[in-house]
Amino acid sequence: MTTTSSRPKTPRRLAAVARKTTSRPAPLHRVPLALSIAVLGAALVVVILVAAAVGSVSVSVGDSWQIVWGHLTGSKPDVNPAFDQIVWNFRIPRVLLAALCGAGLAVAGVVLQALVSNPLADPYILGVSAGGSVGAVAVMALGAGALGGLGVSGAAFAGAMLAVALVFLLGQQRGKLNPVRLVLAGVAISYVFTSITSFLQLKTEPNNMRQIMFWLLGSVSGARWEQLQVAGVVVVGTTVLLTLFGRQLNALVTGDESATALGVDVKKLRLVLIVLTSLVAGVLIAVAGGIGFVGLMVPHLVRLSFGVDHRKLLPLAALVGAIYLVIVDLLSRTVDPPNELPLNILTALFGAPFFIWLMRRDRSLAHS
Amino acid sequence: MKLKVAEVSVTIGATPILHDVNLDVAPGEFVGLIGPNGSGKSTLLRTIYRSVRPTTGTVLLGEDDVWSVSARTAARRTAAVLQNSPTPPGLTVHEVAALGRTPHKGMFDRETAEDHEIVVDALSRTGMLGHSDRIYGSLSGGERQRVLLARALAQQPELLVLDEPTNHLDIRARFELLELVHTVGVTTLAVLHDLDLAARSCDRLVVLDGGRIVAAGPVLDALTPAVLSEVFGVTAVTERHEDGIVRVTYGARPLAKAS
Repeated sequence: MTTTSSRPKTPRRLAAVARKTTSRPAPLHRVPLALSIAVLGAALVVVILVAAAVGSVSVSVGDSWQIVWGHLTGSKPDVNPAFDQIVWNFRIPRVLLAALCGAGLAVAGVVLQALVSNPLADPYILGVSAGGSVGAVAVMALGAGALGGLGVSGAAFAGAMLAVALVFLLGQQRGKLNPVRLVLAGVAISYVFTSITSFLQLKTEPNNMRQIMFWLLGSVSGARWEQLQVAGVVVVGTTVLLTLFGRQLNALVTGDESATALGVDVKKLRLVLIVLTSLVAGVLIAVAGGIGFVGLMVPHLVRLSFGVDHRKLLPLAALVGAIYLVIVDLLSRTVDPPNELPLNILTALFGAPFFIWLMRRDRSLAHS
Repeated sequence: MKLKVAEVSVTIGATPILHDVNLDVAPGEFVGLIGPNGSGKSTLLRTIYRSVRPTTGTVLLGEDDVWSVSARTAARRTAAVLQNSPTPPGLTVHEVAALGRTPHKGMFDRETAEDHEIVVDALSRTGMLGHSDRIYGSLSGGERQRVLLARALAQQPELLVLDEPTNHLDIRARFELLELVHTVGVTTLAVLHDLDLAARSCDRLVVLDGGRIVAAGPVLDALTPAVLSEVFGVTAVTERHEDGIVRVTYGARPLAKAS
């Protein structure tokens, strides 16, 4: 009998191989936060300018930069006034809204995944999307008078907040928030609200359906400068605030007892996190409908690349989410001209295969 | 710093868990808390690291009631190493140990060079400095406990609370960990499952049964054959051997007669 030249893989060696692949920190773990923010920030500016230049009327990226720069500094850009009109009044608000949605949803996703300690959590896990849909669809199906004169946005925000309030009340156990209960309450309330939405859709006139469908699948096509102010303040404000809670979030993911022993008031922290994430998700639902997948995928993507420290994770997730949704929105209006696709059709179609590839390549996601 | 638990009772829902518990730990002492499963050991620890508020009674650390100061202030004095903490995927050893600085930092504070030194020192005292960049989840059980101990040390506590720190560790890792805690020299209250390990490493023992303290004192006074039989249901003796070590020796038929 002869032995083969290569050494057999004993269980010990296999374990050593497995350990090697999972014991390393994320690839960009050591990159300084300021550098990551600078690079991603620059990338965001570039995709915004490109997205503002591309469309049915093509403007060069240089002109789009001149127009934006001109409006920011008050100098008169030397470009065709029609281009100025298209870029500044239509495309830039739209692109900025996409960026805000991507940023806000990614941040809310990071926080909610930590809050309920569940990697499948997304910004809508507490019923925001289902609640928002009922409000918006009720107005679109029954007319503006249906909810006391609220518009689609107002009704969506009201519905979203109602759903979160119900989930929050149902998620308590002996005066404490129980994460498992919270998730189950979110699922149950979402089903109830979704069935109301379905009923409203069935009962409405067929010519309302396209508008409803488009809203449910998310879109930033109706963006105007006035809408951006509220969304901008809320998204930027909550991202900064939540980043300040980063250290406490890091403690929270090691478990309630452990966080308590580290001096974190877990009950108060959960309440603050729920209020802030619901506010972001509710406002974004109101202005852009339910954009899915970004809030689930981007947090994981950023964790896999930069590590899990929330003080880094939150600002970087905001930037990556913004870049991602600007690109998706650009695709949604260019792949099938002159038609526009709702965002949800592309967020997942484009993002999921990439995410699956990343997940299979990096074992640390499964190693939890 | 001196820990004084006075007349503490805990009732959760309608279920009484602890009854009038009194317990003192003197500065520098290593006190073991032992008792069968469900006797209230973990709950007693929780009242000390401020996770469960006593229904009645007080927990004093030094001069202050831990429940009258803020959670953050309390965590700057008391550090805990707990069992069954979920392991967050992706945190490195250094990041886990650095969590110990949490109670020392406000929302707007950044990590300073001093914080970094404290964390590095804690990791080197527990022998984990060479593993700083490894992912915590990839460590062995014994190594994880060392990192959690390093995290506790980074809190610069005056009292260390350990909940079954040697659970699931192999025998050498158990001895290593307890020796490490002794070397660290912080006042310690530890729940220990293994009676022999408790007998040989603690200055004093407190025995909890059904939420009441049934024996307390130096090891040989607390862990008598009567206590071993009535509380733990085993026939055994505790004696100091010639080498000065107290050991628990179980009988030939250790199952005591059913009471």
